[in-house]
Amino acid sequence: MSQTDAEKKRKFRSAKRMREIMTEYYIDAKTAGQSGKKVAWITSGGPVEPLIAMDVIPVYPENYGAMIGASHMGGDLCAKAEALGYSTDLCSYARADIACALENGGPIGGLPRPDMLVCCNNICGTVLKWYEIQARLFNVPLFIFDTPFCHVDFADEARRYVRSQLDEYIAFLEGICKTKFDHDRAMEVGRLSLKGQRLWQDVLDAAAHRPSPMTAFDAFFFLALIVTLRGTQKVVDFYTELLQEMKDRVEQGISAVENERYRLLWDNLPVWYRLKWLSDTFASHGACLVADTYTTAWCGSMKYIDENNFIESMAEAYTRIYLNIGVDEMVKTIFEMIDKYEVDGLVMHSNRSCKPYSFGQYDIMRMVQEKKGIPCMMLESHMVDERSFSESQASTRIDAFMEIVRQRGSRTGTAL
Amino acid sequence: MEILNEFIEVAANPAAYAAKIKASGRPVIGYYCSYTPEEIIHAAGMHPMRLFGSKGDTGIADRHLQAYCCSLVRGALAESLSGGLDYLSGTVFPHTCDSIQRLSDIWRLNTSHGFFADVVLPVKLNTESARRYMADVLDKFRKELESYFHLTISDEDLNASIRTYNAIRGSLKEIWELKSHNPGLLSGSDLSSIVRASMVMDREALKDDLRSLLEELGEGKPSGEAKGKRLMLVGNVCDHPDVYTLIERSGGQVVWDDLCTGSRYFEGMMEEGSDPISSIADRLFERQVCPAKHKSPTARGEHITAKAREHGVQGVVFLYLKFCDPHSFDYPYLREYLERAGIPSMLLEIEDRLPPEGQLLTRIETFTHML
Ligand code: SF4
Ligand code: SF4
Repeated sequence: MSQTDAEKKRKFRSAKRMREIMTEYYIDAKTAGQSGKKVAWITSGGPVEPLIAMDVIPVYPENYGAMIGASHMGGDLCAKAEALGYSTDLCSYARADIACALENGGPIGGLPRPDMLVCCNNICGTVLKWYEIQARLFNVPLFIFDTPFCHVDFADEARRYVRSQLDEYIAFLEGICKTKFDHDRAMEVGRLSLKGQRLWQDVLDAAAHRPSPMTAFDAFFFLALIVTLRGTQKVVDFYTELLQEMKDRVEQGISAVENERYRLLWDNLPVWYRLKWLSDTFASHGACLVADTYTTAWCGSMKYIDENNFIESMAEAYTRIYLNIGVDEMVKTIFEMIDKYEVDGLVMHSNRSCKPYSFGQYDIMRMVQEKKGIPCMMLESHMVDERSFSESQASTRIDAFMEIVRQRGSRTGTAL
Repeated sequence: MEILNEFIEVAANPAAYAAKIKASGRPVIGYYCSYTPEEIIHAAGMHPMRLFGSKGDTGIADRHLQAYCCSLVRGALAESLSGGLDYLSGTVFPHTCDSIQRLSDIWRLNTSHGFFADVVLPVKLNTESARRYMADVLDKFRKELESYFHLTISDEDLNASIRTYNAIRGSLKEIWELKSHNPGLLSGSDLSSIVRASMVMDREALKDDLRSLLEELGEGKPSGEAKGKRLMLVGNVCDHPDVYTLIERSGGQVVWDDLCTGSRYFEGMMEEGSDPISSIADRLFERQVCPAKHKSPTARGEHITAKAREHGVQGVVFLYLKFCDPHSFDYPYLREYLERAGIPSMLLEIEDRLPPEGQLLTRIETFTHML
């Protein structure tokens, strides 16, 4: 099949650069031993800025999990973890990583050995258990950055507790790196981190344009940098370029989905091993998934950051991220996104891998239907364990859902 | 033994007991987790009530929870939504696992039992700042109770409550130790009923009842040589007295446990007469952790192995509710720790109902015969 010109035009020129940056990053990480740098494994929502300020290379098993999923290695690795006694019902990132760490399997021959582990539980309780497992395996120091769950608010006592952990975290790093923490350097890293987050939000906001120059599937791809390299100039440069590309696309009338008719919002992590299939399936209905709650999580708590006092304000920003708040708070974010991106329907990924993200979805769904009057659907999977996914079942569901969306018509246009 | 029968009755029908308390004019506050600072509820003159969730049809919870949710969370919500908890004047959710964390949200948004509190405890229990935070959170809970129910909880009230709870926990531990020394003295299912009823009964009366029970048990004749292989149960909660009976029929006997409805509930004493909130916090901070909390990467392995040795345990039965993340993550390493100590183990994963009896018997029998 030859690509049409339109299809070629739709490809992102930044994709190549992004792959290069990620390759460089993993090469750096894997050769850290030779360059005398230390490596820390850290959770995706963890406070990475102090690590960067200390010249430690952060490595993200969750980003690696996404790579495993995208390269269809998840099922195999998860099965290996199961053979070790881990239940099939556990997070598939964790299962895949546990198996990888033991045999250096996976896409790039495994992650570099950590010198330390930094686990922030602002996303889930899974990471706590997962990092305990790795702490036993690698026998390296583990720092737990404990961010009390904010059901309705961020309590004063929690604020004090998280704040004091920042000092403990810095002392932990100083102990391992045997150098003093440089506060000026950290300020600079903080500024870059915030800049990167702002740019990432701007990139995502480009999807508010009709037709959208990008889809959530593109966002899942371009997300890797804000996760793995936030706090560096590289991220700022890259997203500046990407943002320019979005603007160019808008100007040239390049839409991510040909004849975009419906605009949808995605909730929860991606189904990493079916990105293309899902993207094509929705596109065949003229539907563009314009936004998602997942990639937004890396810029969602910017409002709590004080640019001139990054390290201090970081305690609050890291505690109040999207997954660490109550269901009713999450709904507020979803409502805002529905309005901002003018969304006609909500696709919820009921992710067996991620209980904190998925429990509460039924309630969210009802609130969205009641208050926003848009149709919602649910799609069940294990985000990197492809063994449980049924394409035919999913496609029947999507067809039925798109039929309802079609009948309702798009929010601004009429039914087609 | 009349007292024993009372325990068994309460454990079999806790709701009936709670309704009586409620009728006497005392507010009943429900909870699902052994990290609940019950002492504060008790000191407020209210009745702390451990809930176990409904084991009947939980279909009513399907509107809120996916199928991959543990039966405790599902049963809890189902019981509330179907009106089975209307006797409550409030509920408390200490922060533990991801599932309970979201249950608390769903609960807050969909049920109405009056008072509601999240007690967002620290997850790591090995730093001074976490210890301070624990005390701060408990103090806040005390204030929330005070303001909602318009009352004052004095330090004396709290200290009196601490004494009561120390007595209760001390007695429970003694009973378990008697059982460990002389397993024939008390059946496993009776012992399980005693522990569960202790989380339900009026605590002042309970304190005396447990003493009397202990006296009676202490006079009980040693049952000759102990029959059955000595086993330890490890897991989340066990609300199935039948499990013990089946184990006994399969040639085993439970001599110790690490359960939320067992030793994790009664282990650990509080300092009496000092700053009561700190005393309560210190116990929660120091007691054996549940896998949703962190003390060290190997704390549970070391603790469980030590307890197994101390009680001459020949085999461990991991009894898990399906879909329980924290326990499932710990299983492979705990199994390995025990193996290294020469203690074999088996895993029983159960949903809301036990698997068919025959199947269960065969599995446990195979295990006990191997020991
Ligand atoms: S997918 Fe969910 S459970 Fe797994 S690590 Fe991420 S937040 Fe935690
Ligand atoms: S059984 Fe496990 S998953 Fe369920 S509430 Fe308890 S700790 Fe959480």
